[in-house]
Amino acid sequence: MSATARSTLFEKLWRQHLVKELPGGVALIAIDRVFLHERTGSIALKSLREAGRPILDPSRVFCTMDHIVDTLPGRGDETRMPGGKAFIVETREAARAAGIHLFDVRDADQGIVHVISPELGIVLPGTTIVCPDSHTCTQGAMGAFAWGIGSTEAEHALATGCLRLSKPKTMRVRFEGRLAPGVTAKDLSLLMISRFGSAGGNGFALEYAGSAVAALDIEARLTLCNMATEFSAVTGFIAPDDKTFAYLKGRRFVPRGAEWERAVAAWRDLRTDEGAVFDAEHVIDVGDLAPMISWGTSPQHAISISEPVPMQAASGASAEAYARAIEYMDVKPGAPLKGLKIDAAFVGSCTNSRLSDLRRAAALLKGQHVAPGVRAICVPGSTSVKRHAEAEGLDKIFKNAGFEWRESGCSMCFFAGGESFGPHERVVSSTNRNFESRQGPETRTHIASPETVVASAIAGQIADARELAS
Amino acid sequence: MQAFNRLTAVTAPLIRANIDTDAIIPSREMKTVSKTGLADGLFAGWRYTHIGGREPNPEFVLNQAAYAGTQALLGGDNFGCGSSREHAVWALAEYGIRAIIAPSFAPIFHSNCVRNGVLPVKLPAVDIAAIAAWVADDPQQNRVSFDLPAQVVRANDQTYHFDLASEPKEMLLEGLDAIDLTQKHAAAIRAFHQADKFARPWIYDIGGP
Ligand code: SF4
Repeated sequence: MSATARSTLFEKLWRQHLVKELPGGVALIAIDRVFLHERTGSIALKSLREAGRPILDPSRVFCTMDHIVDTLPGRGDETRMPGGKAFIVETREAARAAGIHLFDVRDADQGIVHVISPELGIVLPGTTIVCPDSHTCTQGAMGAFAWGIGSTEAEHALATGCLRLSKPKTMRVRFEGRLAPGVTAKDLSLLMISRFGSAGGNGFALEYAGSAVAALDIEARLTLCNMATEFSAVTGFIAPDDKTFAYLKGRRFVPRGAEWERAVAAWRDLRTDEGAVFDAEHVIDVGDLAPMISWGTSPQHAISISEPVPMQAASGASAEAYARAIEYMDVKPGAPLKGLKIDAAFVGSCTNSRLSDLRRAAALLKGQHVAPGVRAICVPGSTSVKRHAEAEGLDKIFKNAGFEWRESGCSMCFFAGGESFGPHERVVSSTNRNFESRQGPETRTHIASPETVVASAIAGQIADARELAS
Repeated sequence: MQAFNRLTAVTAPLIRANIDTDAIIPSREMKTVSKTGLADGLFAGWRYTHIGGREPNPEFVLNQAAYAGTQALLGGDNFGCGSSREHAVWALAEYGIRAIIAPSFAPIFHSNCVRNGVLPVKLPAVDIAAIAAWVADDPQQNRVSFDLPAQVVRANDQTYHFDLASEPKEMLLEGLDAIDLTQKHAAAIRAFHQADKFARPWIYDIGGP
């Protein structure tokens, strides 16, 4: 193979979808799948219809109700968010009129877009998939080019089947070594972002690789790719392998029979060639990684559970933002986070609400109870995850331990004006964003793995899950 | 879409790193399925004294008389990070913001700006600090000039060149709608799909009941 023939996985994905090079370094890239949800997708459908523009191929467009929909048991179209019902009703009408696939409030396949897309085999290796939602990069774990766009770009993808893109630079992050027990994909994300900063991936298409990534199961890979957007990367993805194919086989929208065989043969080529060159490359040794948790209001404000809160802003980071974060979170420079009293615990979101997340959390919760005064909530990522968890009796473990057990959706991952955590409440959360007021007005969010969330819920204070397990 | 050519504007400094789209327009301020009615919610968490209220916080720069009529912002690194919500740009544009200068922009936010007639200008942090210091002397007098055809910003007798790829430049200058631009290539798109249906039939035969 000549040097020029060596390609990164991203270059292969790019070439396969290149419709036309346009002047000015822009390319028309074919979009295989568009996903919408009731929060941002409704606007795209509405504007298209108002402009009299048809959807090029409605059979490749999918829509779910996840962001605004209530997650309380027995829910319907009513939501706690003022005006929320209108989003649901208007999205339903627009989706029906457009003839796209809709996973409605009571559908057995309803769930958070980035959970159900892999679960239903909508995202496949080698696909381009977009959604007006920044965590679309989650789906790159299936070996896809998946990224979040704005609503106007969604209209463009729907109407033309393409997007106009400048080619991103390529980055590879290799996680090498064996993860210690109790250390997870979430900790890998937080480590990377804390080390290189929340703008560390800006402008890059990011391939995750290395022995620690190869060892992750598919659900953990989805967790890892989920936070590529917190790193400001255009997308994050992982080359598909036998685990990916085994995970997908037989799922609802996956090819069958001879077409499946043909697809898998093609997907086997979706990997970076030996010797291919990246614009940037990092190697991170993870053999001695401990569970990570955020102390501040940016995902880059993360430390290992046994470390103290930093005494000053990281080099290159703004001192003002550091001071503001310390004040907002009411944490002390130099003091450990461990032992800080918490008000609430949240297991959910497109980062960590899949069956394996709930199983690991339940294993720690079994026979335990949430500390008095702590509000604890578990929201399965999809209706199917919820069904499976209930079939295994996980719901009983959560409920017996004092957790609320919800219907699937984004729920309190973000505050949309309805349900929220209270002002100044300290929440340990398995979500991906710890921005100011993300989970409620002036709520203080610490993001961490489900293990850390559950251990902290039991202790009533920020805790190291490894101590609970032993 | 509103075209952008040249603009001389009252310019307000909001130099914080990682100003995310939740801060630009909090979720709770996006009340209807609409691209309008958002200006009131712009920077709501900072602009008003309490959450959900409308009492102006006098410390917030856009509430100060010296910055009345602000049409441009000076920002920090990674401006517009976080949620992909285009509402952030719709809110900025509706408020009257036509240009933002920052050392770097989050990618989705950057392209949302271009699609809504808001000029994103990338300049080094030191230049932004210098502009901010000059502006602060007399914000109403010391207006910043944006010249998109020449790709320069002028402030305090200094000229700062900025980079912008030719496509976003064109779209901003002409106020072009990207869908119309792309539909000129409908034949190429059809040809791609025809060939691709043979190469990757599973993309197009959507299974599932
Ligand atoms: S779970 Fe949270 S981060 Fe994920 S899509 Fe929903 S709101 Fe966004």
